[in-house]
Amino acid sequence: MDTVVHETEGDFGPRDWAQHPPYLSPLYKSTVLRSPRKPLIPMKQGLSVRSGPVFGQDSLDPLDHDLTKNGRVNGEPIGERMIVTGRVLDESGRPVPHTLLEIWQANACGRYVHRWDQHDAPLDPNFFGAGRCLTDAEGRYRFTTIKPGAYPWGNHHNAWRPAHIHFSLFGPSFLTRLVTQMYFPGDPLLPLDPIYNGVPEGARELLVSRFSIDVTEPVWALGYEFDIVLRGRQATPMEG
Amino acid sequence: MSQMLKQTPSQTVGPYFAYAWTPELYGRRPLATNRLATRDMPGEHIRIEGTVHDGEGQIVRDCVVEIWQAGADGRHAPGAAGFGRCGTDDQGRYFFDTVKPGACDEGHAPHIAVAVFARGMLSHAFTRLHFSDETAANAADPVLATVPADRRDTLIAKRAEVPGGVVYRFDIHIQGERETVFFDC
Repeated sequence: MDTVVHETEGDFGPRDWAQHPPYLSPLYKSTVLRSPRKPLIPMKQGLSVRSGPVFGQDSLDPLDHDLTKNGRVNGEPIGERMIVTGRVLDESGRPVPHTLLEIWQANACGRYVHRWDQHDAPLDPNFFGAGRCLTDAEGRYRFTTIKPGAYPWGNHHNAWRPAHIHFSLFGPSFLTRLVTQMYFPGDPLLPLDPIYNGVPEGARELLVSRFSIDVTEPVWALGYEFDIVLRGRQATPMEG
Repeated sequence: MSQMLKQTPSQTVGPYFAYAWTPELYGRRPLATNRLATRDMPGEHIRIEGTVHDGEGQIVRDCVVEIWQAGADGRHAPGAAGFGRCGTDDQGRYFFDTVKPGACDEGHAPHIAVAVFARGMLSHAFTRLHFSDETAANAADPVLATVPADRRDTLIAKRAEVPGGVVYRFDIHIQGERETVFFDC
């Protein structure tokens, strides 16, 4: 890691709690004992949080952005090949350049590599399911992967997670850190999913990617677009 | 005035992030680790350790603690201790090997910024770690001053000098009677 600090002038706008899920969301049962209940204490932003880590090319391996290649052992991973691309922007629509994204996901059968995942679906010896990349100067990122499968979980009777890809972003500050999940358009499991529905109505739809025939590569892979908006710096009033 | 875009909503890390976030166990190169200090890094070398608990006091073994700190001189600079990440183990424990930071904001006590992620947390939580031996600086710290006196203790890592070196204990209670103070910042 390069511990270099971005430009640190100017406070970031607040976390918009009309957009983010509340800590307590009882239909997602794990939140019941894992939700802070005391009010958050407002904190003025100092340099200790306006700054943040910067990751460069040295944090990446050459195949990190291509999940169809970075886990190969003896062949190609099974499943529907896909491209996911989009822009990372701040709230003013400015691109967030050269920032790191991490993704992780289940394989085409809905099984994670994680040693705790005991779902009775096959592991794919050629799919690891995790990747990283940096945005370019225009804030654009791009991964090649396999479309993840849905999988059951223990939250309630017959609970199934809709297909999703986990995203982790840094942005220019410790305060712009974001972990989220990207979903797929038209997934019939979305209205039933307490994690997706933990997000306020009107905001959760931003987590659904768009199918794009323009991103789709002929005779190769389907394309999905998913833009991500991080907290931006507050406009500083002009002097004089 | 341009139209403001809406922030992308947060979602939980879920239970299965370890192979991506702390993938050493899976034979992969991690982005960041819990060992921030190199042997020759200036400053007092310390270990920060603690256990993460839920609202019933049970340990949380699918939690990730991330920290961001200045070096001993109070500056964020290349080669200084900076960003660390540690997943909790099967006993809900985490640790960081680092150096004690200097104060980086005028008038503030030395501290480390902390973010907590877990299965069951749809949004992550921000807190900050202060040091128990910084009594005077903590007493003058403007952020600690905004915290109710009876909860301030949740932000103070307790120093102990043990045979292996200096250890600061910082347990995190996501919820409950001893709930850690979390900030909106």
